Amino acid sequence: MPDIFGVPAAVLLGQVLLGLINGSFYAMLSLGLAIIFGMLNVINFAHGAFYMLGAFVTWLCLTQLGLNYWAALVVVPIVVGVFGAVVERLFLRRLYRIDHLYSLLFTFGLALAMEGLFRYLFGAAGKPYPVPETLTGVFRLGFMVLPVYRAWVILASVLVCLLVWLVMEKTRLGAWLRAATENPSLVTAFGINVPLMLTLTYGFCVGLAGFAGVLAAPIYQVSPAMGSSLIVIVFAVVVIGGLGSIGGAILTGLSLGVIEGLTKVFYPSASAIVIFVVMVLVLILRPAGLFGREN
Amino acid sequence: MHHPVRRLEVEDLHSWYGESHILHGASLHVNQGEIVTLLGRNGAGKTTMMRTLMGIVQQRKGRAVLDGQDLLAMPAHHVARLGLGFVPEERGIFSSLNVLENLLLPPAFRPSGMALEQIYTLFPNLQGRDTTIGTRLSGGEQQMLAIARILRTGADFILLDEPTEGLAPVIVEDISRALGELKALGLTIILVEQNIRFAMANADRHYVMEQGRVVDEFSNEALQSNMAKINAYLGV
Amino acid sequence: MSMLIKGLAGFTVKYKWIWWIGAFVLAATLLLAPAMVYPLLLINILCFVLFASALNLVLGYAGLLSLGHAAFFGGAAYVTAHAAKTWGLPFEASVLLGTLFAAVLGLVFGLIGIRRYGIYFAMITLALAQMLYFIAVQMPFTGGEDGIQSVPRGMFLGLVDLGDINAMYYVVLGAVVIGLMVLWRTLHSPFGHILAAIRENEPRAVSLGLDVAYYKLIAFVLSATLSGLAGSLKVIAFQLASLNNVSWHLSGEVVLMTLIGGMGTFAGPIIGATFVVTLEHMLATSGLPIALVIGVIFMACVMLFRRGFYGETVARLKVVLDRGHD
Repeated sequence: MPDIFGVPAAVLLGQVLLGLINGSFYAMLSLGLAIIFGMLNVINFAHGAFYMLGAFVTWLCLTQLGLNYWAALVVVPIVVGVFGAVVERLFLRRLYRIDHLYSLLFTFGLALAMEGLFRYLFGAAGKPYPVPETLTGVFRLGFMVLPVYRAWVILASVLVCLLVWLVMEKTRLGAWLRAATENPSLVTAFGINVPLMLTLTYGFCVGLAGFAGVLAAPIYQVSPAMGSSLIVIVFAVVVIGGLGSIGGAILTGLSLGVIEGLTKVFYPSASAIVIFVVMVLVLILRPAGLFGREN
Repeated sequence: MHHPVRRLEVEDLHSWYGESHILHGASLHVNQGEIVTLLGRNGAGKTTMMRTLMGIVQQRKGRAVLDGQDLLAMPAHHVARLGLGFVPEERGIFSSLNVLENLLLPPAFRPSGMALEQIYTLFPNLQGRDTTIGTRLSGGEQQMLAIARILRTGADFILLDEPTEGLAPVIVEDISRALGELKALGLTIILVEQNIRFAMANADRHYVMEQGRVVDEFSNEALQSNMAKINAYLGV
Repeated sequence: MSMLIKGLAGFTVKYKWIWWIGAFVLAATLLLAPAMVYPLLLINILCFVLFASALNLVLGYAGLLSLGHAAFFGGAAYVTAHAAKTWGLPFEASVLLGTLFAAVLGLVFGLIGIRRYGIYFAMITLALAQMLYFIAVQMPFTGGEDGIQSVPRGMFLGLVDLGDINAMYYVVLGAVVIGLMVLWRTLHSPFGHILAAIRENEPRAVSLGLDVAYYKLIAFVLSATLSGLAGSLKVIAFQLASLNNVSWHLSGEVVLMTLIGGMGTFAGPIIGATFVVTLEHMLATSGLPIALVIGVIFMACVMLFRRGFYGETVARLKVVLDRGHD
């Protein structure tokens, strides 16, 4: 295969694929953050913690209950989502009417507490989780060897993101949600139970973070810190994309993953900070974000 | 003459936006099939009356009963199920929804709702505009859309807040014609209106509001002979 | 509130000597404290008192939630540690360099983020601080996971050996008191009044022709500078610069200190920092998970007493005083 900018194309394509995996997680999490922000006006700092919770519950399902990966893929998002809905109902709901900073601080505290609890219970070290048997093995693509599981992660997360996007943009439910983002009291006057919708939305988006956690368990080590290190990057993704658009959140997430992957090829030591550098550039050139609308 | 069926009864209604007390014991009633206007200066509490009935303003006390159901006792999202439809002052067309989505947004709780063909007959301007972003429509078309989406739900009691505000005379005529057709269909309507001529052309009775209270009432026939009084109320 | 201030003002005039006694007792306590309490704990408290008070300048007085203040604290700590250990600079120069670094970093963060509001500002500061964190992980001079260890304390003014923990304490005490005085003067200057006006009603401040972003930026840089001073002092006293000092947890903790004591009050962060640092000190030996406890306190604080210890006390006192007047 030919070289591109002095780098073998195989290496380049390989990193793009690896970048897409990270990008899948950015996309799933920033998608949820964007919807939660749009509907509830809450910056959900605990989003990373719910992702971590998802991975941990997956691990616990296997080690304590003997529930396998596929069962976890169904059960865990529901468990995490229900937990999130309870949090919204009991706490966040009381904070909507005051400064948004307080709900951010509340979820910040929640993230700290959850991370602290899991570190206390299970220690800081990462726990390995086996790749499910049906997804072991590799695809030989010629330019690289792609583990089947990683291909599955990209496929599953892109499908889920597309599904959420379709529901939001093309269905009646999505129209209600978008309308409630703009003018909740009018939507209520039309006979729609907006408070319930907010609880379900929060639960769903948090469940989506839990789903991402299940997908992550066999790739990354399951550890208490896995959520917080991801959420800060996702925040940068959200600032880059702007909080206005769901499709924008998905695209920004995926493409930043790829940019990160490419940086690993050309300038490896910058790969950890490239997303933040992009954020700074975007803030200077287009402060509302790539897909954002300033309000 | 048969006895009119009383649908809405409001007595001594108070409501608050945070600290500020807006409605100060307003009372009124509306009968089946009537078009009743609320007249009054800006800040008299007309819009707040509608928002209070719909449950958008939640801090409220007094009595407001629609068809025997206590409006103040039910959660805000139940009000629409009684057949009460709200067309807000700023029209409330959603910018993230296209025309069709705006039209289909409110759930139809009653089977008596208008079909899309009927709506397009009433408001031909809306036909063929499905994929246009709602807020890209002209002001008059947005007003039609706001009325149309309520008609689709089967609501038979409509709160219409300043439908002619900022519209060209030709469009006002369209709205007026539509209102006449709704009345012919037997709908009951409360209309907030600044345009006295529009109010007179369409309504059966008129209430005058001042400082959060209903201070006077005229039949449509009596309005003409009391013009001086009305003008004094409205500060024209 | 005005009633309370009037009441307190009358009280101060009438019983001025009580305040003098109070100030004397406080001064004596601070001077004698190392004899009674573990001095390193006291130093830690003092550094966080300054750090939280500096954060309060932007959070409480300018209405900007920064979730990246650890960058200034920890960044200054690294620079000071490096200057003292590798370059062998004296104590004063090392601390000054660290503080200057924080000031420049504050200017950079501020220029990037200051025009964005509320939660956006919070996310931007958080992300920028995390960038610094990753840089600190990778740069060779920070020592990565190990940090910079055995930082020499040096001599104060070339005379006093800071190896003596008590001497160290008094130097930190002096520096923190000076830092707090700078904050106090700032808040009671015309600049402070402009900040208050911006926080009260930003659109009106704009319509009065104030360059709001400029004032916020100055407040932010001053806050970063004093946070850096706190970090520099801490690293010299503890002789260790580590990744903990630049982590988002620390940024959050210092917000908690300010919140729990009372945002926008001068005493609030002082009380809050003392409380949180002492609590962590006690938890450290109890075996209970610190992060869990801190997180739960955070949530409780947001749900139950948003005005913080000091703010709530003042508010209750006001109710009592007002009732007394009726």
